Amino acid sequence: MTSVLYDLPGPRARARNKAFGVLATFGIVALAGFIGYRFWATGQFESTKWQWLLYKDLQVQLLAALGATLAAFVVAAVLALVVGLLSAVGRLSEHWWLRTPALAIVEFFRAIPLVVMIFFLFYAAPQAGLKLGVFWTLVASLTLYNGSVLAEVFRAGMLSVPRGQREAAYALGLRKNQVMRAVLLPQAVRAMLPTIVSQLVVLLKDTALGFLITYPELLYEARYLGGLAEFGRPIIPTALVIGAVYITLCTALSSLAGYLERRSRRTGRVLPPSDANLITAELAV
Amino acid sequence: MIQLLLDNRDLFLKGFLNTILLFVLAGIGSLVLGVLLAGMRVSPVPALRLLGSGYVTIFRNTPLTLVFFFFAFAYPRLELLDVSFFTRAVLALAMYTAAFVCEVVRSGINTVDVGQFEASRALGFTFIQTLTTVVVPQAIRSVVPPLTSVLNSLLKNTTIAAGFSVAEAGQITPALSERGAPLLIGMFWIAIGFGILVVPLTATQRALEKRWSVAR
Repeated sequence: MTSVLYDLPGPRARARNKAFGVLATFGIVALAGFIGYRFWATGQFESTKWQWLLYKDLQVQLLAALGATLAAFVVAAVLALVVGLLSAVGRLSEHWWLRTPALAIVEFFRAIPLVVMIFFLFYAAPQAGLKLGVFWTLVASLTLYNGSVLAEVFRAGMLSVPRGQREAAYALGLRKNQVMRAVLLPQAVRAMLPTIVSQLVVLLKDTALGFLITYPELLYEARYLGGLAEFGRPIIPTALVIGAVYITLCTALSSLAGYLERRSRRTGRVLPPSDANLITAELAV
Repeated sequence: MIQLLLDNRDLFLKGFLNTILLFVLAGIGSLVLGVLLAGMRVSPVPALRLLGSGYVTIFRNTPLTLVFFFFAFAYPRLELLDVSFFTRAVLALAMYTAAFVCEVVRSGINTVDVGQFEASRALGFTFIQTLTTVVVPQAIRSVVPPLTSVLNSLLKNTTIAAGFSVAEAGQITPALSERGAPLLIGMFWIAIGFGILVVPLTATQRALEKRWSVAR
């Protein structure tokens, strides 16, 4: 696609591009070098700062933290999908007394910043005599927010199914909820699968907010390990390691979304990609 | 209801003022950096393309909380410039959001018809000329709605700074809790506050769309 932006370079353009390339490479190397130098100058590469990686207890702790992150992710993802599905169906209902509350709930939880929601549950639940615990506080907030976003995704998917499908299903004598379950939903989910997976990436990243309410997930573990005096408070090494873990997890999920999108484009039986892309671009931050 | 707002007006005013400030500064920063990155990603220089796509991959797959974490706790260890938590929060938000701005702008460039590129090349325009006089003016139209969403997310994301010693809207709930105020009402006012902040964003989007809604 981008190759139409410029002609096949001639000799002068090639020379110019090469000059820019050299300049850019130099700039990148200089930047990386500067960062590396600062790391080196402040002793981030010293072996004491990395020794924590060799202790079995700390490795087990790190794995437990990874497990905590994944547990919050999996539980919240499943619940968010359920909530999203129910809200989407509610929003498309023919009864106003289902439609209006569903609309209000979806719009409200989408508009509230996730942090505000987490803090609210964290501080308000004990006031109301509820013992939620950090895990369920985090999971409930993630579920409400991402469920509302997914509701919009499901709804867009169901609206994108050609009208003839619904009409044909009714003509065959299917009931309202049969039409929804057997005709609209399967097609909608298929059309929106890449978007749904992208939203799950967002959910995975947002589990890191558990750090703010001391849920013992990866970031919390990084803070703990980074404060250990016997290893010279290796906060930068731990941040780098945890960062690598997050990037690996999210890239794996993202590439699944990419694969699903390519597959659906190849089979050509789903939404035109421009619509799907637009929705993805709007939601994936 | 209103009593709570009046009693804690110091919290609400300071909180939302800092949120607006964070949003505006990080918004400008991310737009500039994001457009620059998008330019790099479509440029004819491979090294720049690599840098652009590397940046986007890394920041899109890192939780914003981790970026904040790095700037709050790890940055001081590098003994670089000593800057306030607020400045570091702006940096974290701008760098994170820039990756998303870049992707939106790039997909906007992709919506411009290939014939437009070819025509401008046939007229002998250089890469920079093609981009600035032909492609970007057209791309910007399809970019406005998703860009508004990105900025909307940025507005909500500013609240993460509350967890890292920046007194802004996200910190109202903990502060209210400390004062023993009823949190449900506090939540109601915070929701209204964010509702009000979104209005100018949406209005700008409408105005820009109307102004640029030219048939192509």
